Amino acid sequence: MNFENQGVIKRLADQYGPENLAVVLGNGEANGVEVFAETVTQGDPSFAGPLAGVALKIPVYHVLEPEVVDVVPENLRQEKLELSSMVIDVEPMKQVLQVAREKL
Amino acid sequence: MIKGKKVIAIGERDGVPGPVIAECLEGAGMEVVFQATECFV
Repeated sequence: MNFENQGVIKRLADQYGPENLAVVLGNGEANGVEVFAETVTQGDPSFAGPLAGVALKIPVYHVLEPEVVDVVPENLRQEKLELSSMVIDVEPMKQVLQVAREKL
Repeated sequence: MIKGKKVIAIGERDGVPGPVIAECLEGAGMEVVFQATECFV
């Protein structure tokens, strides 16, 4: 996750409290999801960004996981997410993100 | 549960972009406090 976004997330966690936040990802492939999830739960794994050593423990989801997509109104789901759901394989991401959330 | 949380939407250029995530969640009545689109390589 780029340093600019890490800095914003750190500031928002200070402002609202990490317990009041959730992160929703839109990654197209699973390989980025684990790094993103670790960054907002355990801290920046590269130990280089603003979240290095900062375990915010913010629950993290993918937009195509049932926990998220099921709350999106049907018309928006069809218009904005249906095409993505056909090309993005969310199953491997679900496994990674469920493990990350269970660790919180 | 995600309901009732303030949402940070981090999209991806080759996946679902941040503004699309934000639009979907705001349509669900959720508060999106930040959205961005990353390019993961």
